Amino acid sequence: MIAAACLVAVVATCAALVLTLYRLAVGPDTVDRILALDTLVINAIALIVVAGVWYGTAMYFEAALLFAMVGFLTTVALCKFLLRGNVIE
Amino acid sequence: MLFLAEAIVALLILIGAFFLLVGSIGLAKLPDLMRRLHGPSKASTLGIGAMLIASMVYFTAVHGDLSIHEILITFFLFITAPVTAQMIAKAHFLAERRAGRLALPPTGTPAGWATFDPCQADASAEEDRREAEARTDTA
Repeated sequence: MIAAACLVAVVATCAALVLTLYRLAVGPDTVDRILALDTLVINAIALIVVAGVWYGTAMYFEAALLFAMVGFLTTVALCKFLLRGNVIE
Repeated sequence: MLFLAEAIVALLILIGAFFLLVGSIGLAKLPDLMRRLHGPSKASTLGIGAMLIASMVYFTAVHGDLSIHEILITFFLFITAPVTAQMIAKAHFLAERRAGRLALPPTGTPAGWATFDPCQADASAEEDRREAEARTDTA
């Protein structure tokens, strides 16, 4: 049952990734692309968590945590660059 | 008991996947950035939240070892999601300077919106006032 749910979740998350990639490619603005990158990271975290449940190992947890942190830093750095033209002043 | 735990895990994973898909559909489909911001916030709170609860229930009930470190990710995402959304909205308004400023509702005070630098807000308020005067003059 869990394996079936994981399969459905992986398919749904991959569909979400494709939609996000569409916005990343099309997105009329730089800010749209930053938002798409942020959502891409969120979807990747979900994929990693589902993989951890599917394979029954807790090893993937650290990867998900690192993705969450790096994704946040990336988004803030990109926004900061757009706002000020510089990341660290 | 084990069946119940597995059913809860499966249900939570499906809920999480549903909200992730909804968030990304919203991101791809909605017309402008301020509306697009709504979708991913649902994905990062409800979607990831449900999946991490599923992971916690799975490792605790099915594998039998207490697993609460997923709370770390939940906590981190719940703290950072508003910061991210605010930064993106701010970058959006400052990127499309004049059009974005005119799309904002008036503040009702002499000062402009605090998102813009104080001097820039004053200058823009002055600019808008002059433009309004010019419009009434021609009318």
